[in-house]
Amino acid sequence: MTKLRHFEIWRGDKQSGQMVSYQTEVGEGMVVLDAIHQIQSESAGDMAVRWNCKAGKCGSCSIEVNGVPKLACMTRMNDYQNDEVISCRPMKSFPVIKDLVSDVSWNYRQNKRIKPFAPKSRDKDGNYRMFQEDIDRVQEFRKCIECYLCQNTCHVIRDQQKEDDFVGPRYMIRLASLEMHPLDTADRIPEIKSEYGSGLCNITKCCTAVCPEHIQITDNGIIPLKERVVDRYYDPIMWLKRKLFSGKKS
Amino acid sequence: MRMDHTMQRSKFLTGHRTDNWWIEPVLVLLGLSAFLAYATWAAFQGNHYYSISYLSPFYSPLIYIKSGVAGAAPLWHSLLGEWPSWWPGFLPASPALLILIFPGLFRFTCYYYRGAYYKAFAGSPPGCAIGVIPQKNYQGETWLLIFQNLHRYTMYIALLYIVILGVDAIAAFVHEGIIGLGVGSLILVLNPILLGLYTFGCHSFRHLVGGGKDCFSCSRSGAMQGIYKKVSWMNSNHKLFAWLSLCWVAFSDIYVRLVSMGLISDWNTWGV
Repeated sequence: MTKLRHFEIWRGDKQSGQMVSYQTEVGEGMVVLDAIHQIQSESAGDMAVRWNCKAGKCGSCSIEVNGVPKLACMTRMNDYQNDEVISCRPMKSFPVIKDLVSDVSWNYRQNKRIKPFAPKSRDKDGNYRMFQEDIDRVQEFRKCIECYLCQNTCHVIRDQQKEDDFVGPRYMIRLASLEMHPLDTADRIPEIKSEYGSGLCNITKCCTAVCPEHIQITDNGIIPLKERVVDRYYDPIMWLKRKLFSGKKS
Repeated sequence: MRMDHTMQRSKFLTGHRTDNWWIEPVLVLLGLSAFLAYATWAAFQGNHYYSISYLSPFYSPLIYIKSGVAGAAPLWHSLLGEWPSWWPGFLPASPALLILIFPGLFRFTCYYYRGAYYKAFAGSPPGCAIGVIPQKNYQGETWLLIFQNLHRYTMYIALLYIVILGVDAIAAFVHEGIIGLGVGSLILVLNPILLGLYTFGCHSFRHLVGGGKDCFSCSRSGAMQGIYKKVSWMNSNHKLFAWLSLCWVAFSDIYVRLVSMGLISDWNTWGV
């Protein structure tokens, strides 16, 4: 059984744009991306929407549905009331290319700023060895599908315009995955404080709230990094401990 | 390199969300305001903080005691004796004023509360994907709020308070040398338990017991990972325990105060 549903979709490009109304029949089990594709085929053949896997694993179809950053392919139509107008907008934090497609290349530039993985020497038999208990934390961060919903919703980037000073939650997670890696030897704490802007995050957990992979970005990634920054720069006891013993990574 | 934003920035409190995003920040605003108002009022009373063998957690530890005040604890309860003469006259002689600042600072610098009150009180942001209060140059926790980084020191003091309130809870089962049980005993025993669940789930404590390490298997015993996992469980429920412990500590004070004032009777085995 299908129902006629009303949509408002942002249409435009870099210069200008507006919300345009559409109607389409929505059937059982449909997600917002299905409805957008149906509208595309029925009445808006030139409407741009980025998508790929339709399974919540490629991170391509990030948009804002009724103002909430979401993956269009994982947002079920029956999450909304039958008479509710569904609004679809491109991610607000990034420049629009066309319609629902935004230019997320700023994120790739942030990635390039990060000091890469620097593993310690191999064991005598030529292998690396690490234990599951040591990489449990890092594995959570590896679930990231780079949908950039967290970057989009982070108010430091979205509203405070601090994109020059803060790499955003996605890259704090990448930094955490490197810093907590048992084989890694690089020290990124000075950059995390100064260049990547850990102090700009005020831990309101919006990044965690929108993560489709349910990564505990704030609790397991950003706050542990903030604590490591405190170890290095704000804790006199840790400073004394480093002076007396060593400055090596723990 | 700045991004070229086509979309306009949202004005304060505006956005396109159609859900009830404002409920949580409003509840936080009301909850924290109510607690702050009551705690301040109770701290400035300086009386009715002790009854039977129940000591209000707002007044523990008792550094000095002013004798002769209604509902004051007996003088032997005091760590340093009678109320000092140097205390400024414009402030009430209330033992709570000497000690409440420490748990207050612990909660003020707590990572959960920070996120919650930045949203509810500072509108930074009021809700996720909702326009913030306009700021010329947002500094986050790098400038005026840099002191938030001292959270771990307030946590060390908070750990001490759990011990102190634990002793108070045990003392609440003894009245005039007789072991017994009262409703107040049960209330006061739940207090350090909830505070413990909140404090041991603190992000700084989690960092201390393994979060700061890259390698659990490198430690001499396997104990660290076990402790880290338990602390991580409490940490994942930090918000819940933050609110439960906050409400319970206020409720404990209210209960002791009402019993001390004679407005309610405590059901207990001592028959007092």
